[in-house]
Amino acid sequence: MRFLQPTTWAEALEARAAHPEAVAIAGGTDVMVAVNFGRLRPPVLLDLTRVAELQEWAPDDGAVRLGAGVPYARVITELGDRLPGLAMAARTIGSPQIRNRGTVGGNLATASPAGDAHPALLAADAEVEVASVRGTRRIPVTDFYTGVKRSALAPDELIAAVRITPPSGPQQYSKIGTRNAMVIAVAAFGLALHPDRGAVGTGIGSAAPTPRRATAAEEFLAGELAGLWESRGELPAATATRFGELVAEASAPIDDVRGTAAYRVHALSVMARRALTWAWAEYRTAKESRPCD
Amino acid sequence: MRLTCTVNGSPQQVDDVWEGESLLYVLRERMGLPGSKNACEQGECGSCTVYLDGTPVCSCLVAAGQAEGREIGTVEGMATEESLHPVQQAFLDAGAVQCGFCTPGLLVATDDLVTRSLAAGAPPEDAEIREALAGNLCRCTGYEKILDAVKLAAQRMAAR
Repeated sequence: MRFLQPTTWAEALEARAAHPEAVAIAGGTDVMVAVNFGRLRPPVLLDLTRVAELQEWAPDDGAVRLGAGVPYARVITELGDRLPGLAMAARTIGSPQIRNRGTVGGNLATASPAGDAHPALLAADAEVEVASVRGTRRIPVTDFYTGVKRSALAPDELIAAVRITPPSGPQQYSKIGTRNAMVIAVAAFGLALHPDRGAVGTGIGSAAPTPRRATAAEEFLAGELAGLWESRGELPAATATRFGELVAEASAPIDDVRGTAAYRVHALSVMARRALTWAWAEYRTAKESRPCD
Repeated sequence: MRLTCTVNGSPQQVDDVWEGESLLYVLRERMGLPGSKNACEQGECGSCTVYLDGTPVCSCLVAAGQAEGREIGTVEGMATEESLHPVQQAFLDAGAVQCGFCTPGLLVATDDLVTRSLAAGAPPEDAEIREALAGNLCRCTGYEKILDAVKLAAQRMAAR
């Protein structure tokens, strides 16, 4: 095994191009588990922790450009106000030790259907910025997940950053597991209300071969809210219930060691209904929309 | 490969490190520092918690090469020749140690929590302690005496 440790982004992309068989490692919370258990013996480990460009985030063209190597602990402490949905997801991840190392870029690269960041990224219409020596491209996160632990990332590409537009309305995140910490989600749900464009974003985790949106639920709710954004009126209970049902219908879960498919479907309907209730209550009491930069 | 880093303030250099090795393995098997414990090897139990450049991490999930040039702090660096670290003494006094396997990781995690809390001006409250130690599993104590030990350590460290 070889261990490559580029210190600049250009070097990292060159190393990636020269070694498409390499496994990239950042926080190690996925890669090292597989290595420790003998499930992974990559010919090359490509360590990205010395690439300074990946450890930064900055406002960029109306969005937050979050470097792929920023650990969850910093998403929580530095971006809780700008990216509330992602920060809520980050708080549910692992333990303090894991959040000190694990990164959103790593979550995307692993592309597990159970990855905790995905529902929040889907709901917020995030874009994944990937790069190779050939150039840089942006992939809407909805198109990024292509199968169980498979993504649109090409063999010579690395994930540079995630771009997320700060919200114009409330965001929520909900996750079910056997305890609060150190849990792989049994099911998860992310919600973003976009009053600026009368739209709704959703993300489902751990309940389909890939993280996915609940498109029919988004369209239904956007229609129901069309007359309510302005008045900030009460949301009919039946609307929240129907939204939950449509979210559940968008899932395609399996029975596994963490839970049954039937439980996941039910849990999603409950989480979606509750997340909407919380988000709408927040929207009704908010005087103005959130400032963005 | 060769690995050079600082452990508990002392420069360390080891050769013939396999590139897939964890920092935990290097510490225990190559540097003679078996204080950090190897239990789950998947970041679930916290028994291998060490400081990496001042941040608590599971050393089983740090690839050896990622520690190159870094400063590592392990449980072996806590006590002095003369006395135990106040967190260690508090764990003993509160009866927070039974089989002891989880203790090194809990000591490092507790030291980090108490140090950060006191720097912010107040000892940690129950909810903060539970959250901060959520990644350290103990199968003996039922945690109650560990909570007592953290509070005792915070009290004593605040008084120093």
